[in-house]
Amino acid sequence: MTGRASTAPTAARAAAPDTLFTNVRLLDPASGLDQPGGELLVQGGTIADRGAGLGRPDGAEVLDGGGAVLAPGLVDMRAALGEPGFEYRETIESAAVAAAAGGITTLAALPDSIPAIDDPALVHLLRMRGEASGSLTILPYAAVTRRCAGEELAELGLLREAGAVAFTDGAKAIASAWLMRLALSYARGFGAWIAQHPEEPTLAAGGAATEGELATRLGLPGIPAAAEAIMVARDIRLARLTGGAVHFAHVSTAEAVALIREAKDAGLAVTCDTAPPYFDLNEIAIGEFRTYAKLSPPLRKEEDRLAVLAALADGTIDAIASDHQPRDADDKRLPFAQAAPGGAGLATLLAVTLAHVHGDELPLARAIELLTIGPARLLGGGAGSLAKGAPADLCMFDLERIWGVEAGNLPGKAQNTPFDGRALEGRVLGTWKAGRRVFG
Amino acid sequence: MQYRHRHLLAIEGLHPPEIRHLLDLAESYVLLNRSGQTQRDLLRGRTLINLFFEDSTRTRTSFELAGKRLGADVINMPVATSSVNKGETLLDTAATLNAMHCDLLAVRHDQSGAPNLLAQKVDAAVINAGDGTHEHPTQALLDALTIRRHKGRLEGLTVAICGDILHSRVARSNIHLLTTMGSRVRVVGPPTLMPAEVARLGVEVFHDMEAGLAETDIVIMLRLQRERMGGQGGRGGLVPSAREYFRFYGLDAEKLAHTRPDSLVMHPGPMNRGVEIDSAVADDPARSVIREQVEMGVAVRMAVLDTLSRVNRPVQ
Repeated sequence: MTGRASTAPTAARAAAPDTLFTNVRLLDPASGLDQPGGELLVQGGTIADRGAGLGRPDGAEVLDGGGAVLAPGLVDMRAALGEPGFEYRETIESAAVAAAAGGITTLAALPDSIPAIDDPALVHLLRMRGEASGSLTILPYAAVTRRCAGEELAELGLLREAGAVAFTDGAKAIASAWLMRLALSYARGFGAWIAQHPEEPTLAAGGAATEGELATRLGLPGIPAAAEAIMVARDIRLARLTGGAVHFAHVSTAEAVALIREAKDAGLAVTCDTAPPYFDLNEIAIGEFRTYAKLSPPLRKEEDRLAVLAALADGTIDAIASDHQPRDADDKRLPFAQAAPGGAGLATLLAVTLAHVHGDELPLARAIELLTIGPARLLGGGAGSLAKGAPADLCMFDLERIWGVEAGNLPGKAQNTPFDGRALEGRVLGTWKAGRRVFG
Repeated sequence: MQYRHRHLLAIEGLHPPEIRHLLDLAESYVLLNRSGQTQRDLLRGRTLINLFFEDSTRTRTSFELAGKRLGADVINMPVATSSVNKGETLLDTAATLNAMHCDLLAVRHDQSGAPNLLAQKVDAAVINAGDGTHEHPTQALLDALTIRRHKGRLEGLTVAICGDILHSRVARSNIHLLTTMGSRVRVVGPPTLMPAEVARLGVEVFHDMEAGLAETDIVIMLRLQRERMGGQGGRGGLVPSAREYFRFYGLDAEKLAHTRPDSLVMHPGPMNRGVEIDSAVADDPARSVIREQVEMGVAVRMAVLDTLSRVNRPVQ
């Protein structure tokens, strides 16, 4: 009954060359592989072999990685595309360029577009648009409620059948406990999970920054950090009540990760992700009203940032997502409380994460797991590993190369990065989609 | 005498010999009805009142016909339910009925337990003709009779009850009757239409129609009311749309193919064609016994009226 459209991208561009990668550090958290001086052979767009001393088949190009890391193409489990409805912010084409530059080859797209992804035909459309890009597999989320309006259930069964990987109302919390119960219960019948934006909307309404000393000094309306924990606590209880599976997106507070850790220990079907701003930045990044640092949820206090980092290391958090929210200059060139929340995140996803590998807060293999097989396990579809026979979606990066983030010079259209001016160590050298080089 | 209760308020609590007695007696009324003999004088001088607080043409007509075929005086009392003071209205009605010296009372009410309340207050034998989402005992009996006439038994059969289990009194009565008589009962539907802890009633729960129908002998489809679909008003919106419901939980030839080749399709009516059942299945003479269920309904109600009037009849 839950038969779904194939999630494998069609090998549309037939001429993917056979390639032998040599002198690379093979890193595949799915199988626990971390092999300096490794080799990987791509034939017909899939991974044919890996290891060392593979030998070059006739006609295969040899690519000497010079000791760079070769990892699975990154899987970004949460990103808003500007399309449909906000093409002035970003198009799928420009998002695909930014994703390829960031090493991302698979991306789960949020459904709170205009129109919302609440019809099976729109799910098909997004999948096709991804295939047409040639560089990015788009795994569509579909709406939990029609128009993401939080009023009535969308056709979850038909959407799932059309290829929706999971359900969420995107940046909008499912506010009604009755509706959330219904969604968890109904989705369970189709083996699907519900992703929640964990923020109690009546506590968050009108807020622009985390409630506390900084918001008080800046005179900004606050959102209490507890708004997140309240929603997480409620939905964990609803997951227990219904037997349904809930996923909390971009968790950002110590209290929320503690609740999720406890729920996981109790064996409940609870998972979560976070995004780089929540373990790399704290509310101080707002500075003198920098609207690029206005996010949803808002940047938190330092102790929350540290708790999120710890939860990444200990397995409480299942994935790091870009939480990409494209905005144009007019969305952001406004008084802080009136500016649109959200940050561009595709191009910086890997490097900001690697900053915490260099800081000895995350082992490299764990960091890459959180960016590949971690989210791929939740999304299904077979991405995120270097297994033989898997599509050759690859990301090659230099762990040490230094670069600076500069809004205005990022790949793609959206430039609203909260990391503007940040110096980072670790850079994507090349990205391959089904064996074809799409970046570098 | 096998049936020892004054009323028929629920299937739950009845023992196999009591159910068997009612089915055997109904069987004899099927033969009698088919022979063209009617108007026996068994209930002459007795009064059956059909007290319907909820519209139901087919159940009311079935009781009316059953009473008339047994020679009873039959009165139909449709009662408009007011939204306030239902309890008071019900007890007032009970006093009125006692004054009329009613012998048999068939009650349909939108509140679970209303017939039980009436039974405490009236002198008549009360037959539950459907109360809220609680029970509909004569429907379960007629379903069992239909099954038994085709399969020769109830024991060991696998029966799937599909659809809106949450709101269905038919499902509850059928679950009690069939499990009591040794059938294996499955309930199939989306989780949002399953009552809490329904497995405790002795059934197996399925959310996938094909798995739930696999190797079943009998499929009982339930009506999905329109107000359960879409919208968030009150407790509505339990399934997103009719087209989605039909795709995953509507009985069509493809899903029916997962049942046994000689399986039967049943529906208590009235059907929502294209929502819970496809016309090609509903009208398939080889599989559908939906019309026969209606015929069995009259015979079963004759058996119930006969039995209760005997239980309550002074020894002569």
